[in-house]
Amino acid sequence: MSTPNLNVTRTSGVTKIAALLGLVVLIILVAAPYWAGRADMRLMGEIFLYLALASLWNLMAGYAGLVSVGQQAYVGFGGYMLFALTMFGGLHPIAAIVVTGALGAIIAVPVALLIFRLRGAYFAIGTWVIAEVFRLSFAQASALGGGSGSSLPVGIVRSLASSRSGREHLSYWLALASAVIVIAAVYFFLRSRNGLALTAIRDNELAAGSLGIDIWRTKFIVYIVTAALTAMIGALIFLQKLRISPDAAFSVNDWTAFVIFIVVIGGIGTIEGPIIGTLIFFLLRETLADLGTIYLMVLGVVAIVIMLKAPSGIWGLLRSRFDLELFPLSYRVKQNKKG
Amino acid sequence: MEWVNAVVQGTLLGGLYALFAAGLSLIFGVMRLVNIAHGDLIVLGAYLGLSVTTLLGLHPIAALIVVVPAMALIGYILQRGILNQTLGKDILPPLLVTFGLSVIIQNALLETYSADPQKMNAGALETASVSIGSLSLGLLPVLTFGIAIVVIASLQWMFYRTSLGRAFRATSDNQEIAQLMGLNRRHIFGLAMALALGVTAIAGIMLGIRTSFDPSIGGGRLIFGFEAVIIGGLGNLWGTLIGGVILGVAQTIGAKIDPGWQLLAGHIAFLVILAVRPNGLFPRINE
Amino acid sequence: MPEPILKLNSLDAFYGDFQALYGVDLEVSEGEVLAIIGANGAGKTTLMRSISGLTQNASDMVKYRGGSIGALRADQVAAQGIALVPEGRQLFPSLSVEENLMIGGQMGRKGPWSLKAVYTLFPILQERRNQQSTSLSGGQQQMVAIGRALMANPDLILFDEISLGLAPIIIKDIYAALPGIIGEGMSALIVEQDITKALSVSSRFYCLQEGRVSLNGASATAAREDISRAYFGVE
Repeated sequence: MSTPNLNVTRTSGVTKIAALLGLVVLIILVAAPYWAGRADMRLMGEIFLYLALASLWNLMAGYAGLVSVGQQAYVGFGGYMLFALTMFGGLHPIAAIVVTGALGAIIAVPVALLIFRLRGAYFAIGTWVIAEVFRLSFAQASALGGGSGSSLPVGIVRSLASSRSGREHLSYWLALASAVIVIAAVYFFLRSRNGLALTAIRDNELAAGSLGIDIWRTKFIVYIVTAALTAMIGALIFLQKLRISPDAAFSVNDWTAFVIFIVVIGGIGTIEGPIIGTLIFFLLRETLADLGTIYLMVLGVVAIVIMLKAPSGIWGLLRSRFDLELFPLSYRVKQNKKG
Repeated sequence: MEWVNAVVQGTLLGGLYALFAAGLSLIFGVMRLVNIAHGDLIVLGAYLGLSVTTLLGLHPIAALIVVVPAMALIGYILQRGILNQTLGKDILPPLLVTFGLSVIIQNALLETYSADPQKMNAGALETASVSIGSLSLGLLPVLTFGIAIVVIASLQWMFYRTSLGRAFRATSDNQEIAQLMGLNRRHIFGLAMALALGVTAIAGIMLGIRTSFDPSIGGGRLIFGFEAVIIGGLGNLWGTLIGGVILGVAQTIGAKIDPGWQLLAGHIAFLVILAVRPNGLFPRINE
Repeated sequence: MPEPILKLNSLDAFYGDFQALYGVDLEVSEGEVLAIIGANGAGKTTLMRSISGLTQNASDMVKYRGGSIGALRADQVAAQGIALVPEGRQLFPSLSVEENLMIGGQMGRKGPWSLKAVYTLFPILQERRNQQSTSLSGGQQQMVAIGRALMANPDLILFDEISLGLAPIIIKDIYAALPGIIGEGMSALIVEQDITKALSVSSRFYCLQEGRVSLNGASATAAREDISRAYFGVE
């Protein structure tokens, strides 16, 4: 009796090449301060921060089925915590970002306990209510400038690096690091036991429950981790902006609408989707931004058309056509070469 | 006495919130759709009212004769053209498509009417008041509350006493079997959305007479309507009116304590009820 | 032989991704009662869904009164005079008994059936007419489901597993009522797992096995051993 010489594996030629290419791109990006201009670096920094936000939103909506339209709650919270911890706590901005992550996780616990009572679409609007509560509360905080907001004192800005270019390089690297860390975290999380559970829930909640997967707990963990990381990214965003106000910090357009469009256009429920979506989003923005409101309408139309005609997004179209996967997540059966 | 006044004013304000909520509640009841663009559609109703009053020189209340059918038509087309395609087991498509619609409507309004706040002029109606004992009530809030009661009573009657309502309930229960009865669910859903946006037109015009509005305020109106629905309990129209009243009273009492607390107090009331009674006060639909 | 009211032409149909029917040919004549028998998973329910339009297929695979209806939606099929009594009754829980019956007649087709006629056939339903349909017993719910289909005044009525989950005595009552229903000149297609019941009320039968017609013939002369071979397959 001959056993077919089969092998179950996650990696394929494509994923190995992708990993290698990714490494090369990463090295080039890390070296950007030596080859890129000031404006380009600022744009790339913004791209990385959006990429991080999009990957996190995708983890929640695309994998855990938690569709939030209120992630601006954590972006704004993170921004305000950075200002409060540095201005009143005397922390170094980098230390403040780390502490902000912990505070984001802590504040997310009672929030999750409340809004997890809402199902599906009502959960989504519930997250928006929470963001409104955050915005209105920080607008009441007179020490942080109330409704008109405040600026980060020069001394704190200087503590990052003494020269302007030093500060710009540092915030560029922080943005790049945040994108890399978030994507890596999402990737390793999805490969872990919890991640597999998540995929199982997405594919069939009933069956996953009968397999003994604690759905509530898994979703809860995703929500808390996402909140913590989103808050840290919010702190980074406002470390670059140097000015914060309730309306900017808790803007549903800037921190949620754009992020949702990125993920939907790129492809929801895949790691690659947000990367493609971010690139397309910024390409559109750089070419159509002069059109102002028309640009936003175009984005809305594109997102609706994609949702209706190609719900797995641009990455989904590519993947179904070429059977591609850049991040080795799914298992494949391969026949070993005889020999 | 001041507190009694705040409660009464809040109750009347609740009528407006119930109007925001009624369309949302109807749509959820018939097709389990949560329309994120609902608030922007309320604002669209207000702007259509503004255009009709300026173009035809009509009183805003009279403009309802034009705006209600216009919004109903928009609703039917929207449902048949786009939203019907999103309905299914997956909650993402309806959510993300209506979210996209919300952004489109908001920016289209911005493009057409600019970001400047607008207001409809209802003449004497805005300043007239009626006195009950030592309380002085604005005629407009009283009228709004009366309209809310009439709208909800009519919806209730339509839902439980007419063949259209029967078709709505049957389709909501079981779309396939309803189809076997000769009911085309796409058409039924179109009618439900038409009706919901007709009510939304009323909400928009009452909003536009009461306060100034601009294209960005839709999100806030959606949230008020949503809170009223959840407080009252899913699928219960009279509950929605009570939900609106609780929200309105919480806001006026909050404003009494500190003007900055008006909206916050409403949201907190909602969160407290969500914590204590997750299904709302008078739930009809178990979901 | 009179012109068939319903004709299936090598019908292939799918249940989800899975092909449930392979080239099924079938004819129902005007005024005829036809039985469809077959084991679980033989494709009986998919057959009913395909005729009623709940499952859409190629247009000319289903012909009704000479027209092609295979690609029509269920509401369009219903409007042409085909009614289905679905498996498991499937009443509308938020409608009262009377409302369930009324919604069956909402297309307004002319014919002998009305609320009054249904209440004459099933007097118990008149007593219970204002109750929620879910508060009735299983047998009474089946009466509502049959009444709801009759209210449409169909020319062809489909019964899908009407005895499933009911007590034997109730099944007997319902089958006793059937001739009175079908006697009004309607054609009928009866899907049943209970072969004896199905053969007793029908003039002809078709047996399905794994999505194909394995036997057909006249109900009165069918041999038991042929049927059990067609039903279970050859060992």
